[in-house]
Amino acid sequence: MGQNIDLIFKIAGIGILVAVASMVLKNSGKEDYGLAVTLTGIAVVLVMVIQMLGTLFDEVKSVFKLF
Amino acid sequence: MDILQISGIALTGAVLAMILKYQKPPLAMLLSIFVGVTIFLLVLTKIGAIVDVLRQLAGQANISSIYLGTLLKIIGIAYIADFIAQICRDADQGAIAMKVELAAKVMVLVLAVPIVVAVLQALLRLIS
Repeated sequence: MGQNIDLIFKIAGIGILVAVASMVLKNSGKEDYGLAVTLTGIAVVLVMVIQMLGTLFDEVKSVFKLF
Repeated sequence: MDILQISGIALTGAVLAMILKYQKPPLAMLLSIFVGVTIFLLVLTKIGAIVDVLRQLAGQANISSIYLGTLLKIIGIAYIADFIAQICRDADQGAIAMKVELAAKVMVLVLAVPIVVAVLQALLRLIS
């Protein structure tokens, strides 16, 4: 349970890093690299969220017998 | 799992999502989904305990487990649909949210029809 809270801060950290990185890249004229960094950040966070949704749906399926 | 910890998680999640909202809106949405999932996972163990108590009471009162099972399925479907529909509304996708809710209503109806038929048949047997 504790590691869930760490994951929240990890996602926020990734988000802030990606935001700063894309801004820096944009100012230095490399707009497309900024977009690439943003997409990779979103992909990483999406994988983490989907794994969490997977566990949530498994738990709900076991509690509510939703087969 | 006291309410203080849940409210703490929710508050930090809200603040972090607000920070991310202006630079990277999709990341803010993913963060809010994650916080929602975390909070519900914390509560799910308590719901499981309540469901077990209900099941024991139904067993003692020899209600057939079909009705309780269907009731639990309906509650589960309703909860998941509401969870996803609310997330879609947060992402300004009202149309998708409505479709999810429509699908959930249809599924609940499909589950409820056999019970309604059973009740009607019991009534007819009483009358005739």
